[in-house]
Amino acid sequence: MHEIGIASSILECVEAEARRHPGTQVLAVGVRIGELSNVDKDALDFAFEALTRDTHRENLKLVVEWCPRRQKCLVCAEEFNVQNLELSCPKCGSDHSACVGGTELDIAYLELEESCAKS
Amino acid sequence: MREVVEKKVLSENDRLAGELRQRYSEQDILCVNLISSPGSGKTALLERTLASFTESRRVAVLTGDIQTDNDARRLLRFGFPVRQIVTGGTCHLDARMIDRHLNELGFRGPGLLLVENVGNLVCPSSYDLGEAAKVVLLSVTEGEDKPLKYPGIFHRASLMILTKTDLLPHVEFNPDLALENARKVHPEIDYMALSSWTGDGFDQWLRWLNALQHKVQQTATAINS
Repeated sequence: MHEIGIASSILECVEAEARRHPGTQVLAVGVRIGELSNVDKDALDFAFEALTRDTHRENLKLVVEWCPRRQKCLVCAEEFNVQNLELSCPKCGSDHSACVGGTELDIAYLELEESCAKS
Repeated sequence: MREVVEKKVLSENDRLAGELRQRYSEQDILCVNLISSPGSGKTALLERTLASFTESRRVAVLTGDIQTDNDARRLLRFGFPVRQIVTGGTCHLDARMIDRHLNELGFRGPGLLLVENVGNLVCPSSYDLGEAAKVVLLSVTEGEDKPLKYPGIFHRASLMILTKTDLLPHVEFNPDLALENARKVHPEIDYMALSSWTGDGFDQWLRWLNALQHKVQQTATAINS
């Protein structure tokens, strides 16, 4: 439900970054979404499309990198992806681990094209 | 050409939440953010909490809803400063709303600021309000698998409160299974079960709040001295 707000924040960031590169077209924005971030990828795509339609950002592509939950074992330092909520370390079997990934909600990059010509 | 940005999507909210956190620390305010589905008993928990406080207790409440000021009216009768945040459709509270309404309420520390978020297990978990702790409520009339269905909030909450335990004899709900599911998502989450209706188990909630407030005060004293 809050994907409209998330998409809107992404677009605000795109505008702010775009102002730093006048005369440059922004082709795509790359974001990282963690599985614990409570953001639904389809809903975000839908919101992004709705907010950019019939605007100067209509052709802007949203590229989502989906990030699984990752834990780091507090005993042997192994880092592992969590599947089926299995939080024990696959290497040493310890149940003590800390979450090191999966909460991402980041704007990673913009894909820019040098373009001064007007069509 | 790729331009690296590396910025939080909600960086503006995070910035404002950081300012709130700073203000709480300077003024010795403990802020707790209550989150649950609609109807899990956030307002009832607050009613009994406020009823248990003496007049001299410094406490304020911000309560969020999409529409109506019903919750604020329920809570105002205890004599403490309460302010309703009507979001007008937004499914969560954000740091800007807290900042604005806290200013309008004119509440200054030291004291306790209880925030009742909009009833929703999804969106509120993304928005930092500068709170010291998120508390998630789960009532016994919901399913034990809520923590598995909504892992984001159970992962971020420091405490899970099982509410409406007076109804346990009438519903098929297994508290052990609910806790087991919550700890699958967040092994360190604190847990308690209570009934805001009968008051059963309520003391542990008040003790938890007092202990956290004591801890926050000690930290603030250490930082500010």
